[in-house]
Amino acid sequence: MQDIWVVAETNCGVLAGGTLELWGKARSLAQSCDGTVTAVLLGADVAPLAAQLAAYGADTVLLAQDPELAQYRTLPYTAVLTELIGARKPAIVLLGATSQGRDLAPRVAGRLRTGLTADCLELILDRDGLLVQTKPSYGDNVMVDIVIPEHRPQMATVRPHVFPLPEKQEGRSAKVEEVSVELEASDLTTRVREIIVEEQQASKLEEADVIVAGGRGMGSRENFALLEKLAHALGGVVGATRPPVDEGWIDAAYQIGQSGKTVAPKLFIACGISGAVQHTVGIEKSKVIVAINKDASAPIFNFATYGIVGDVRDVIPALLQELGASE
Amino acid sequence: MHIVVCIKQVPATLDVRVDPVTHNLIREGTESTINSFDAHALEEALRLCERFGGKVSVISMGPPQVKDALRKALAMGADEAYLLCDRALGGADTLATAYTLAKGIKRLLPPYDLILCGRHAVDADTGQVGPMLAEELGLPQVTMVKKLECDGKSAVAWRESAEGTAVWEVPLPAVITVGSEINTPRYPKPIGIMRAAKKPLTVWTAQDLDVDEDKIGLKGSPTRVARLFSPERVSHVEMLSGDPEVAAATLVRKLKGNKLLQVQGGC
Ligand SMILES: Cc1cc2nc3c(=O)[nH]c(=O)nc-3n(C[C@H](O)[C@H](O)[C@H](O)COP(=O)(O)OP(=O)(O)OC[C@H]3O[C@@H](n4cnc5c(N)ncnc54)[C@H](O)[C@@H]3O)c2cc1C
Ligand SMILES: Nc1ncnc2c1ncn2[C@@H]1O[C@H](COP(=O)(O)O)[C@@H](O)[C@H]1O
Repeated sequence: MQDIWVVAETNCGVLAGGTLELWGKARSLAQSCDGTVTAVLLGADVAPLAAQLAAYGADTVLLAQDPELAQYRTLPYTAVLTELIGARKPAIVLLGATSQGRDLAPRVAGRLRTGLTADCLELILDRDGLLVQTKPSYGDNVMVDIVIPEHRPQMATVRPHVFPLPEKQEGRSAKVEEVSVELEASDLTTRVREIIVEEQQASKLEEADVIVAGGRGMGSRENFALLEKLAHALGGVVGATRPPVDEGWIDAAYQIGQSGKTVAPKLFIACGISGAVQHTVGIEKSKVIVAINKDASAPIFNFATYGIVGDVRDVIPALLQELGASE
Repeated sequence: MHIVVCIKQVPATLDVRVDPVTHNLIREGTESTINSFDAHALEEALRLCERFGGKVSVISMGPPQVKDALRKALAMGADEAYLLCDRALGGADTLATAYTLAKGIKRLLPPYDLILCGRHAVDADTGQVGPMLAEELGLPQVTMVKKLECDGKSAVAWRESAEGTAVWEVPLPAVITVGSEINTPRYPKPIGIMRAAKKPLTVWTAQDLDVDEDKIGLKGSPTRVARLFSPERVSHVEMLSGDPEVAAATLVRKLKGNKLLQVQGGC
């Protein structure tokens, strides 16, 4: 029997949306090996969240509460997690591949000297009960299956929005176990001075359901502003290829692709984008891609679900009109 | 200040496929380059040293051809370069890589104030080496940093977070991994390239590093690659024809059908 752990991520006391899918995945892994799912919940006042974790599929919730854990910091979180893992020896530990999970997981794996796979897109158990972790490399051009044969736990961070959100079963209960937290002064040398909450923020790109992205084909900063309108009308966020960033039409934080962000929205609208591999590696996990380009042979159409051959300066205003959004 | 920058050499193009028969990687072209985020890390190190004085060391683990990347780093302005190069180091995963880099940094480069890495390498895309290196060295870390201020004793780092940005304060020495927002890397100038030829580029083998044989290379790597394959990518595009107005109307209808539209702006 395998015990599968998922580290719950909270931000300002709320469970992170992009990591809730992990519970569904952990449940199905547990089912295939007759195992159990344990949630590890760290924070200052997070006990009320345990019921949600139960509803999403945890059998046990390990609750580590301390004022020093109020905000995420690498070292105190690492100390608590490695202590718990060392004492209870789970077979598998999963975290979200978020800015928090990708900071914490390698520190924990390093301290435990075990294997960790980053940004997984699929996880299955093979016949021997070994976790097969599928991760992309070279952008998303190559997939690699990775196993951790001899070290425990087998650790992985999992890309948000890849697995379906599990059905919430209200009233499902879990065993909640409060664990003690002991921190050393050396764990507390880092201080969080401030959290800056950004509304239209670039880091929302990775979480966004809808992204309206523009490329060089938008032609000018003024035309680029059309994308804001379309994004607003669709409840989405604006993104860009590299040329608009180089031209100064938009901040570098909004660049998507090999040297920018990797995104996985439900709807991605590519406006005046040719579809160079350095860009498309960042958008392949989008569910539906719409491409608007005046060149019918642009490679972006090979990636698209729906394609419109036309000038963005005509098609976007027509779309805004159709959506009932004033220009 | 003494700043150490960890540099990885990566293929210049990510247009890589897996041969369906041999399962080997097929690379278009063989050119290599400095991992883009590492160039940002080096740029940040150079700017800090221009302000506070000191030196910048670059270090890399890899095959002999990585000297090209190190020479380029020297041409950009780094003062000295170290290559950890040995067959015994081959096949290293992130844990073994971090261990080896830590050995190089610890034994041969102290004292140091800051260690900078890229937020991730664009080929393997893990972002794990920085934090694992920090653990090996017993130093605090800040990852995914988009702005950095530093007074020589401590650093303030603006890092990406779910809410937007988290501002962390860390005592030095520390390991910091940076993103592309932090700066624009300089290009090497001809004079820099000339000077680089005279700067020290030292190569160390596993023996020079006094490493534990069980912690390096394939043997020191808990992860194993079981399979390499190309993701399936079949074009299923449906072209929507007609005037812009007609195409736009069709698209909106399709997206509504797919439950992808919750129109906000409006009538
Ligand atoms: C190491 C490296 C890393 C890189 N990293 C990234 C990255 O992270 N992200 C990234 O995006 N790029 C990256 N690039 C750059 C990448 O190779 C491409 O150059 C870039 O993606 C092209 O952007 P684009 O599609 O906007 O521009 P272009 O390739 O110039 O395409 C513009 C398109 O717009 C169309 N068009 C023009 N006018 C109109 C109009 N009026 N209406 C409709 N369509 C129109 C054209 O037909 C064309 O297809 C990287 C390159 C390198 C070498
Ligand atoms: N072989 C290496 N030599 C030097 N630095 C490395 C090496 N591998 C990774 N790094 C550093 O660690 C960062 C993250 O790499 P990775 O964890 O492989 O995504 C890179 O941006 C480099 O700064």
